Amino acid sequence: MSEDKNNNILEKVTTEDYKYGFYSDIEMDTAPKGLNEDIVRFISAKKNEPEWLLEFRLKAFRYWQKMEEPDWALINYPPIDYQDIIYYAAPKKKKELESLDEVDPELLDTFNKLGISLDEQKMLAGVAVDAVIDSVSVKTTFQDTLAKHDIIFCSFSEAVQNHPELVKKYLASVVPITDNYFAALNSAVFSDGSFCYIPKGVRCPIELSTYFRINAANTGQFERTLLVGDVGSYVSYLEGCTAPMRDENQLHAAVVEIVALEDAEVKYSTVQNWYPGNKEGKGGVYNFVTKRGLCKGNNSKISWTQVETGSAITWKYPSCVLQGDNSKGEFYSVAVTNNHQQADTGSKMIHQGKNTKSTIISKGISAGKSNNSYRGLVRVARGAENARNFSQCDSLLLGDKCGAHTFPYIKSANETAIIEHEATTSKISEDQLFYCQQRGIDTEKAIGLIVNGYAKEVLNKLPMEFAVEAQKLLAITLEGSVG
Amino acid sequence: MQKTETAYMPLESSLINVFDQHQKELFDASHPKVSHSRAEAIEFLKEKGLPTRKNEKWKNSPFPKQYEKDYLIDIPSATYDKNVNEIFHCEVHGFEAHTYSLLNGWYYSPEEKQLETLENGVVVGSMRKAQSKYPELFAKYYGTMANHQQDGFAAANTALFRDGIFIYVPDDVEVENTMQLIKMINREEPLMVHSRNLIILGKNSKLTFMHCDDSVNHYSSFINTLTEVYINENAYFDLYKLQNINDNTSLLNNTFFQQERNSRLRVNVLSLNGGKIRNELHVDLMGEYAEADLNGVYLMDKQQHIDNQVFVNHAKPNCYSNELFKGVLDEEASGIFNGYIFVARDAQKTNAFQRNNNILMTPKAVIDTMPFLEIYADDVKCSHGATIGQLDNEAMFYLMQRGISKADSRLLLMYAFLAEVTTKVSIDALRNNYEDMIKRRLRGELSICERCVLHCSTPDKPVEFEIDMSKI
Repeated sequence: MSEDKNNNILEKVTTEDYKYGFYSDIEMDTAPKGLNEDIVRFISAKKNEPEWLLEFRLKAFRYWQKMEEPDWALINYPPIDYQDIIYYAAPKKKKELESLDEVDPELLDTFNKLGISLDEQKMLAGVAVDAVIDSVSVKTTFQDTLAKHDIIFCSFSEAVQNHPELVKKYLASVVPITDNYFAALNSAVFSDGSFCYIPKGVRCPIELSTYFRINAANTGQFERTLLVGDVGSYVSYLEGCTAPMRDENQLHAAVVEIVALEDAEVKYSTVQNWYPGNKEGKGGVYNFVTKRGLCKGNNSKISWTQVETGSAITWKYPSCVLQGDNSKGEFYSVAVTNNHQQADTGSKMIHQGKNTKSTIISKGISAGKSNNSYRGLVRVARGAENARNFSQCDSLLLGDKCGAHTFPYIKSANETAIIEHEATTSKISEDQLFYCQQRGIDTEKAIGLIVNGYAKEVLNKLPMEFAVEAQKLLAITLEGSVG
Repeated sequence: MQKTETAYMPLESSLINVFDQHQKELFDASHPKVSHSRAEAIEFLKEKGLPTRKNEKWKNSPFPKQYEKDYLIDIPSATYDKNVNEIFHCEVHGFEAHTYSLLNGWYYSPEEKQLETLENGVVVGSMRKAQSKYPELFAKYYGTMANHQQDGFAAANTALFRDGIFIYVPDDVEVENTMQLIKMINREEPLMVHSRNLIILGKNSKLTFMHCDDSVNHYSSFINTLTEVYINENAYFDLYKLQNINDNTSLLNNTFFQQERNSRLRVNVLSLNGGKIRNELHVDLMGEYAEADLNGVYLMDKQQHIDNQVFVNHAKPNCYSNELFKGVLDEEASGIFNGYIFVARDAQKTNAFQRNNNILMTPKAVIDTMPFLEIYADDVKCSHGATIGQLDNEAMFYLMQRGISKADSRLLLMYAFLAEVTTKVSIDALRNNYEDMIKRRLRGELSICERCVLHCSTPDKPVEFEIDMSKI
């Protein structure tokens, strides 16, 4: 394979367009730019929130003001002006919606373009969707089916109105407001998100899904997702996201909290495809996300699967706190960076209970001038007897201008723990390419085949509907070098 | 941000005070380049202070807890009255070494032997003397490998050191016998010692160097050593570090290597005992086809702490580096391993490997391991692995089933675990000695020695595990 051809392929990749980059002209209701206590009160008032939630927001805001933005991640970006962001933007509601027909046609069109099954006819797809545009949840489908099982799946603001006791009990129980800079910011200004509660012993019959979209200009998106799996329940949850192409950077600081009680199992899958910026690295979403699951009960299990292809900057460490005995945490990740994208992502597994197990499989793929880092922590507390961890993080480099980095932190304070970590960094081997080409597969397809095989271990963990989307996304992000 | 006078920790202010008091002496005795870096370093120390636990590289280190203590920092050199060999009786069977020593940070020898030129042209002696006699070497090499603004300790060493060992091996000279440096602390009060070493290997030369850290008494000392090593083209440097100090002493060993084309470096660190030990190895591979093989074994117990920080910078293509660190932590010991491989943008065809394996023996032992990779070139083979675990139950069962006691089975397995590293020691006599020391250490027989640890090995009485071979 000639150097030139290689370069051409990469050239092609860098010119690939972001197909979700359109902007919908929906009438918006926005807050003025900037952040102060009044804005926090404004958001709270807009959402008609109870007093305790306003207090929660203000406490978070006051704490956030005292914090410093973290700088330990291997990412570079100009300082964010937090006063130059609109913290609340919502599609203007004309009146309460009765059925889908009444939804703003522009909005429906938006979701149709995105291929989101808001429509009843998409029932066959069998996915219940909660769509969040800019900051507000616009539509949740399949309410009836879910109601049959007493499953609560609604927007966060609805949950605050209808199930305040659940929200109050679990909000910030996994990610406290003091957790980190971006979580504190989110706690102060989060505008909406999804809330899900699976009652005791219920196995959720359909996949639940949230679709996030940033639409308006100069807005930050701060959604909050709270998922509670009660004793013996099971749920598989999907999350997808896109944003329009804009020259300026947009901030996305979300918080996802999962609580799994005894014997509960929660599977959380993400396909992250925020706008990554253009090939010169202009624009794109800054994605600073805190995701954490708490295996609170014995024998509970939380599994994170993520396919990260978008965002100019990704700062994301989905974690599991394994508090219950025999609980399990899993993390499967494929992170692809191209052009000037920067990703610092990985997982944290905190072993506290006895006989806890965790697995981390991370596959990083860097191309163009991007930097892709895995940063992970495995911590075994003193009392976590017989804890077991296996971590594997592989990096694949496509091109000689990109970087692939691995920063694992392993801390063990228990002599019965067994922890293994291994990592490799390599490029696609000439042998593999030769083998494919020899059999008549052209270079482009061969690279595609190899990268797909490389990521297969993770893609296999995705629910089917998402696996298809993820594979397509991988192909789009790296088209040319991936096939 | 400038530290204000009141914000200094006791140790920081004593370091600065000592510098201010002895400024003239320090500058007078120094080569202009040395003086220049002293001035820079003290400014750095005044501004930044010693590293705190907020600093990522010192996050879990117990060193910052030592800043409250008061040490005697600068003491005049002792007059030479005893041959070191008489104190240390260094007698490794079949191991020939030229012994040099540092006492409380000063080069310890009769006046006429302070700076010797050996038959083959090799220069060995005190850093203090070498500065005035070989100004051109200092101008060229001093301070070029180390970054004295890396942290407060490197700065304190640069600003305050009085002496150390200086070795110059000319081009094409292969030094046959091992050179051994014994560093002792012997003073009836807590002492902080800054010693600085400079080792220069010319083209196609070879040197085997053994660096032993020992303490003679039980006072809590603080040893802050900085060593710079320059390895020119085709040269081979084989370094052994042996650390066996008392439980109250803090030892900071900062070693910087710069390697040119085709050069080879091998390091074996054996940490047997010590209150708090931090070994930093910084390797800059500045020429193509350079190789660095870095190995370490640590055996800690009680409340001891071991920290190995290994940075390898692959600045040029076609270089090779390998790190293998293995350790056993017993009782309430704690350990840190931080490996860092940096592969620069154009350092293609790099092979870099890193591995850290640990065994925790008790519920109170703690280990943090951080094997990092930062890679900016695509045609590389890099891997790292880290494990934390305990002895394999099946292997234990296998041994015990054959009539070996539980204690012996444990020892055997631990010994086998560490053997992977010790087999890399190329000098046979030294390897046997190492293995012997590890066996003794594992059996708890080798605690802090009153004398040089090497004395522990008596060739006529080899250490064996008490295994009844007839039962196997």
